[in-house]
Amino acid sequence: MSAVTSPARQASSGMSARTINRIVIYGLLALFAIFYLMPLFVMLVTSFKTMDEIQNGNMLALPHAPTFAPWIKAWSEVCSGLTCVGMKGYFWNSIKMVVPAVLISTLLGALNGYVLTKWRFRGHTLVFAMMLFACFIPFQSVLLPMATILGSLGRFGVTLQNATGFNFGFGNSTVNLVFVHVVYGLGFTTLFFRNYYEAFPTELIKAAQVDGASFFQIFRRIMLPNSLPIIVVTVIYQFTNIWNDFLFASAYAGSGDVMPMTVALNNVVNTSTGVVEYNVNMAAAMIAALPTLIVYVVAGRYFVRGLMAGAVKG
Amino acid sequence: MSTVAETQIKLTPEHDARPGASVRSRLQDLLPKIVLAPSFAATIVFVYGFILWTIYLSFTNSKTFPSYAITGARAYQRLWRWTFESDPPSSWYTSITNMGIFGFLYILICLALGLFLAILLDQKIRGEGVLRPIYLYPMALSFIVTGVAWKWFLDPGLGLEQTLHQWGWTSFHFDWIKNKDFVIYTVVIAGVWQASGFIMAMFLAGLRGIDGEIMKAAQIDGASTFQLYRRIVIPLLRPVFLSAFIVLAHLAIKSYDLVVALTSGGPGGSAWLPSNFMYEFTFKRNEMAVGSASAVIMLMTITAIIVPYLYSELREKSR
Repeated sequence: MSAVTSPARQASSGMSARTINRIVIYGLLALFAIFYLMPLFVMLVTSFKTMDEIQNGNMLALPHAPTFAPWIKAWSEVCSGLTCVGMKGYFWNSIKMVVPAVLISTLLGALNGYVLTKWRFRGHTLVFAMMLFACFIPFQSVLLPMATILGSLGRFGVTLQNATGFNFGFGNSTVNLVFVHVVYGLGFTTLFFRNYYEAFPTELIKAAQVDGASFFQIFRRIMLPNSLPIIVVTVIYQFTNIWNDFLFASAYAGSGDVMPMTVALNNVVNTSTGVVEYNVNMAAAMIAALPTLIVYVVAGRYFVRGLMAGAVKG
Repeated sequence: MSTVAETQIKLTPEHDARPGASVRSRLQDLLPKIVLAPSFAATIVFVYGFILWTIYLSFTNSKTFPSYAITGARAYQRLWRWTFESDPPSSWYTSITNMGIFGFLYILICLALGLFLAILLDQKIRGEGVLRPIYLYPMALSFIVTGVAWKWFLDPGLGLEQTLHQWGWTSFHFDWIKNKDFVIYTVVIAGVWQASGFIMAMFLAGLRGIDGEIMKAAQIDGASTFQLYRRIVIPLLRPVFLSAFIVLAHLAIKSYDLVVALTSGGPGGSAWLPSNFMYEFTFKRNEMAVGSASAVIMLMTITAIIVPYLYSELREKSR
């Protein structure tokens, strides 16, 4: 407010009012910073405490004798239901699902954006609008048909397995989830690239065409080298979304050793056999949160750009 | 921008001269459409086709397995009869009531808090670069992690309540997370915690886009800071309010994970939202038609919000 207060007002109210004003603003900002940091802080300190300290101590206190044991247990021993093999397998399930899904959906989004801006045809707006609307549907409205189809593909995979000894990925949960995430992520990736390429000078494309460059040559030599920022934005957006997904994961890989991280975490926390080990639960939650948190810390700017681009459509 | 048309004109002489080249060049012309086709086809089949499939199922008598004989709007009748005629209230009644409470408070508080924080941060604050990421990081977490963290934080035995007791405020009592009448408000708290920082960022970007000259002119006219914001800045932020509302409304209707992780559905399903209802009835209670009907109602609600918005956005762009 200092910058916008007129000189006359400043003179009449004096320096002290201005100082109080600043103190109030900084105080409020700090208070909210505490509000946002609190759950993460509690989660982090709890994950380094012993159960004894959790039951008798204060939630906000720093651990007296920090221990890595809960983290080790969460990574390699914790029980999800009746299987006690830790989070590590589920962590890799998530990685195996996220990496191909992000790469494929980003590449397809780039190609779609390229066609929808530089090779327009009649009805391109309608095609784009239809793909864009798909971003917003509640996935509950496609959940059941997809489950039916994936079920049939799974049975087909068993038949293939019996006939040829190899199922070619049919019925594999990771393949299924990659497919689902690519299909339902296409709207967003197309949106990102379309809006980015919209501003890309069409003259460059025309010049390359005159020189005899083909569709794919232009894409590879001209579009892609100039797309780094939007590629980063899209990869981060897709990575965060797919890593954090719970609905598809629980519907199509909801149990057994094929679960992705989010489903496994939910199962670990809700496993009610024996004493609830809060420190291990918190360590498991931290392990599930770390990949996206690291991406956020390293490339927060691009993360926010992706969210904004996803929010302000069209 | 009819690049394709121009290419065709350019290549016309070759079409006539060499038949082999004509096939190739026609292929070149079709190539963009061929590249786009798989994505578009996938959207048609797996989004629109599946939506029609779900709508179809909602008019059948499907239980554990899909049945394809149309039996009319029985599933819808059951949903609404449960809502208005059953006593005690059915889980669909609970779900839509919760949706109303959660949606209203979540959107309202996120907008208010986001705007408030953005205005505070816009006062030429030192350390803005540190504060902004702190307000925003929850958006990078999954709802499951958020749920687990808040479940622990709000746990009456070990969390906030116990902490305040230890600090001497022994009469403090906070068991909303275990109370069937209040559990939905804990979902609001966690939801606001997660999304309000992002709404703050949207408003901040809007504030930074306002022309400084307008502000200066208003100050010269003697407007106080409060008046300045109320009369000039906030009205100028109207487009941001709209975008933020759309984002929040669509997040609210899709909310599912948070309820599962934070409350496990609450005592007796008292924290259910329609999304939880749909999942439970479709996959756990073998009421596929009823589950599909609830999914269709969710879809229609989102469509009513999104389609007008997308329509106006796309039309504005092409103008």
